[in-house]
Amino acid sequence: MKFENYMILDFPSKSTNEAFARSAVACFAAQMDPTLEELGDIRTAVSEAVTNCIVHAYPDALGIITLRCRILKDHILDIVIKDRGVGITDVEQAKKPMFTTGGADRSGMGFTIMESFMTSLTITSEPGKGTRVHMRRKLQRRK
Amino acid sequence: MQFTSFLQDGRLTVALTGEIDHHRAKGYIQSITAKIEAYTPNICVLDFQEVTFMDSSGIAVVINAMRSMTRIEGKLLLSGLGSQPMKVFRASGIDKLVEIKEAVL
Repeated sequence: MKFENYMILDFPSKSTNEAFARSAVACFAAQMDPTLEELGDIRTAVSEAVTNCIVHAYPDALGIITLRCRILKDHILDIVIKDRGVGITDVEQAKKPMFTTGGADRSGMGFTIMESFMTSLTITSEPGKGTRVHMRRKLQRRK
Repeated sequence: MQFTSFLQDGRLTVALTGEIDHHRAKGYIQSITAKIEAYTPNICVLDFQEVTFMDSSGIAVVINAMRSMTRIEGKLLLSGLGSQPMKVFRASGIDKLVEIKEAVL
């Protein structure tokens, strides 16, 4: 078995689920005995990815967001957040700091924060099909 | 939108609370903009003391408040930041654009 534990959640793209998603991941990660800072980083990154699905992937209607978390060996938390929404035409442009198509109430810092708070970030997207955000965070082992 | 604010000697203090994410940011942006336009303070302080979590939506709240204050030639201050919101501000570089102070009592 490649993973030690996992969980999968499906939920609609309602903005109230932003808080639910980051809390669910934090509860799941608790078994890895993370520090408060690690937990804060993970919650922030999940919040960014889920918000992207709600704001950008499904701009006009509710869609399904799938969240998968796995604990891999070497104390790695592996998170996939997937939608079947509009997709991203230019991923490199979307990743640029301050770039947003979301208007004045969005900062365009989502991917920058995911990138700086997690150990790795991979985005795969196909216009019209959806987007998959894959993040990993290696946690410190506390003595 | 539940939050308190008070005006004293041209200084408008807005106390933000709880978790600031996309779900709550729009309400904050609208209320803060309306307050700044109504009171035209010299200084606006966003107090983060009671903020337990913030994602990049909080950056948009600060940028919008900064725009409103610049329009009336006033100044924006942030105070009472915990380590999680502070880390988000640092990652975004906003900490270089706006003055961050310790809690204003």
